[in-house]
This record gives sequence, structure tokens and C-alpha cells, in this order.
Amino acid sequence: MIRRLCVVLALVACLGASSSAKSQPPPSTAQSEFEPATAPAPGDQMAAAPLVIAAYGFVWLATLFYVWTIRRRLSKVEADMRVLERRQTERR
Amino acid sequence: MKYVPALTVAVAVLFVSAPILVAMAPYESTMGLVQKIFYFHVPSWIAMYTAIYVNGAASALFLFRSRPAADRVGAASAELCVLFGAMGLVTGPLWGVKAWGHWWIWEPRLTMALLLWLVYISYLLVRRYGGPGSEKLAAAVGVFGTAVSPFVYVSVNLWRTIHPLNSVVPTLKSPFRPAFGISSLAFLALFGLLLALRVELGRRQAALDALYLADED
Amino acid sequence: MNFAAIAWLVLRKDLAIETRSWEIVSTTLFFAVSCVLIFAFAFVKEEAAPGAAADAAAGILWIAVAFAGTLALGRTFERERYGDTLKALLLAPAPRPAIYVGKLLGIVLLLAAAEALLVPLIALLFGAPFFSRPLILIGLLAAGTVGFGAVGTLFAAMLVRARTRDVLLPILLYPITVPVIIAGVRGTSALTASPVNENLALMWLAILTSFDVVFVTLALWTFEPLMTE
Repeated sequence: MIRRLCVVLALVACLGASSSAKSQPPPSTAQSEFEPATAPAPGDQMAAAPLVIAAYGFVWLATLFYVWTIRRRLSKVEADMRVLERRQTERR
Repeated sequence: MKYVPALTVAVAVLFVSAPILVAMAPYESTMGLVQKIFYFHVPSWIAMYTAIYVNGAASALFLFRSRPAADRVGAASAELCVLFGAMGLVTGPLWGVKAWGHWWIWEPRLTMALLLWLVYISYLLVRRYGGPGSEKLAAAVGVFGTAVSPFVYVSVNLWRTIHPLNSVVPTLKSPFRPAFGISSLAFLALFGLLLALRVELGRRQAALDALYLADED
Repeated sequence: MNFAAIAWLVLRKDLAIETRSWEIVSTTLFFAVSCVLIFAFAFVKEEAAPGAAADAAAGILWIAVAFAGTLALGRTFERERYGDTLKALLLAPAPRPAIYVGKLLGIVLLLAAAEALLVPLIALLFGAPFFSRPLILIGLLAAGTVGFGAVGTLFAAMLVRARTRDVLLPILLYPITVPVIIAGVRGTSALTASPVNENLALMWLAILTSFDVVFVTLALWTFEPLMTE
């Protein structure tokens, strides 16, 4: 009973928050759409290239690092498993 | 584990085709070349939010039904949330320093994205250092983290800000769409692949723990 | 016994224990005041006019509340752990969420006392016009305290058995409750701006209220499975 009441109150509160939020005037300074351009702005390309390369490079490095940590942990688990299995067969 | 080969192929195809499409996409009129970071920045956040919601569902399932598989998926998705969040938090400032002139701005959306990343780092810290029974504590953190995330998404629309609004993606014009679509698919496929690998690691660790317990008897 | 009666009993128990020694109340209040003084030394320059740091006042208020609240949460549950009374409470044939609500009310009362002291103090030290819209300010403080307390009570209760509970509580609590702090600070600074931006403050109050409902509901749902081990 109390849980249902809480759920109803939560929905009402969220509706209230969103409707009061809609009453705010929309922000004007932010970009709301991307416009395609036909040619790069002159003098703009060179300074941005290292940033783009750094961004893409980081994504690749982070992915490879994570896969490496998974592989390292997996091989440790498998080594422990082999030790345990050997111990169990020695017991028998 | 059975999905891993198919997912690896999918990820490879997508990550090879994505840069080609990104290079073919036109330059954006005000931001030029640096806007191309968008194709890796936004899909990183999409993958991070996917990880957050997967973690929320898995944590809730583990809290209320105590299924160990749910706990493994929760741990895996928390690690992926931190990974993709790191990607988003690094690519964002690299774009921002050129587009806005600052490395970091304390406006609500960036701040709250950083906070969500910190929530999932705290999830991993609790799992590691919380002592026995910390899986349930971490699951509670995951549930709360997921509950906070909608407020993050709404925040930019309630505050005057220079971060591109949420409306950029729905109104994306057609020259930008193929590259964005392929990049998003690439990141989601990468998320799926890494999740499968990490859950497999969790499964093997659980099997090892069971072996240790049997060994002690 | 019904839900409200049990929550009230838990609250009365805490109040009875506290009024014997006033230990947690006095130390928390003094800590909150020291926090504000440190911020005063950090932000106010000697040659500046008295009202110069007024913009920082809203932030300082909420930071002091957050820090004092974290300490109070840790101390309250440390008391329970020391007397092993939490286990006894959980063994009682009472609905667990009622126990949670009782503890939450205790923390909210303690933080309300701290805020009653802090608001006039900060208004005095920083020259901040906190009293232009007192009702909205009280609403913001109440909603923010309930939100912060809801998450804090749950996490402090579940960390009682953890080894590194002292440092883990802030680590877990702050990222999740910073949205509450942000909403509180933005709402309060809307009230201290000139001219007073009432609509903005009311908007943040609405957001705080929806935070509260979501977090209290979540905490009520998860308290039971978390305390069963």
C-alpha cells in the first residue's frame, strides 16, 4: 500500500518537475543543430588534427588496455584452476 | 561465450568501416575538423548509458532475487561503464578545448556525467574493499546510480549552457547520419563483446571459488 | 503495530538516547560551525566589503550540511554497531522499512537543528540575504535534507558491517547526492540573487522534491534485501 502510494507520488512529482521545467524559456546560446559545410574553414584544419588523432587514439588504447586486463585475470584464474585440479588428482 | 566470435567479427567490421565513413562525412560549418570527434564522443556516452542501465537491471535482479549470474553481469557492466565513461571524458575535453576554448567547464551536464562515472568507480571500490557481503552493497550503489542517470540527461535542457543540446542527435542532418549510425553500432557491438568477455571471466572466477571450497572439504 | 507507530518508536528511542548525553548533536553542530569558519577564512579577504563573499554563501551552507550530515550518519550507526542494537532492531517483528523511516527522521531532525544554526550564522558572516523568501528557503532545505538523509541512512546502515566503513560512506554518498546538493545550491543562490529569481528557485524545489520521492522510494524498496544477509 505504502509502496503504491510512493510510486504514485513519484510519478506526480516527476510530472510536476517536468512541467515546471517546460515553463522555462529555451536556452538560446547553445547549438541545437549541426550544419554541414562544403569545405573546411581555412586555417582551421591543422590545429584540430592532433586533437582528433588523440581522441581516436585514446579510444583504441583504452579498449586494448581493458582487453589486456581481462586476458591477464583470465590466465591467472586458469593457472589457479590447473593447480587445484592437479592437487585433487594427486589426492586420489 | 558463444556470442564472442560473432561479436568480434561485427566489431572488427564496424571499426574498420567507421573511420572511412567518418572521413567521408562533411565538415561541420562552425567547428570544422574537430567536430569529427563527435563520432566517437557521443557513441562512447551511448555505450556508457547502456552499461549503466544494464548494471541497474542486473543490480536490481541481484538485490531482489539473489541470482549470481546477475551479480556477474553487474560487475562486468560497472567496469565497462567506467571504461566508456573514461573515453567520453577524454574525448569531450579534446573537442571542447578547440570548440569552446576551455578544457573543462563546470556546467551541469559535464558535471553530472563526471558524477555518474564516479558513482561507478565507487561501485568498483565497494566491491574491492567492502569486505564480505560487498556484492549486495555494490548492487545498491548500482541501483541508485541508475536512478540518478535520467536527471543527468534532463539537466542540460533546464540550464542555459554552451554544450550542444540534446536536440543535436535527433535533428542530425543526413550527411552526418551514416557515420554516426555506424559509429554508434560499433560502440554498442564493442560493449556487447567486452561484456561477454568479462562475464565469462566472472563465471570462471566463480567456478574457481567453488573448486577452492570443494578442495577445503 | 502499524508502520508509523514503529517509525515513531525508533525515533523516540534515538531521541531518548541522544538527550542523555547530547554527544552527537553538540559535536555535529560544532563541526558545522567550524566548517563555516574555515570557509570564511578561505573566501573572505580582509580588505573586501562585508557582503563580498555573498555568492559563496549558498554553496558554503550546503557543503557544511553535507559534511556535518556525513559525520552524523557515521556516528549514529557507529553507536548502533557498538551496542549491537542494529541486529536486535532487525530481529524485531517490525517491517524493516519502518525502522529505516525512524532512523531517517532522526537524521533529518539532527540536520534541521544544524541548519537552524547555520543559516543565520552564514547570513551574518557572509552578508547573504537568506531571509528574503523564508518559506522557499525552508522548502529547499527540507527537501534537500530529506534527499541527502534518505541516501545517507541507507548507505550508512548497509556499511555497518563493512571493514572500511568510515571512508566508504563518503565515497558512496557524495557522487549520488551531489545532484541534490547542486539543486539546493542553485535554488538557494536564486534566492540570494538580486533581484530574487523566485521561479528558478521554485523549479529547483520541484526537482528536489522529485529526487526525494525517487530516492526515498528506492531506499524503502532496497532496505529489506540489503539488511538480510
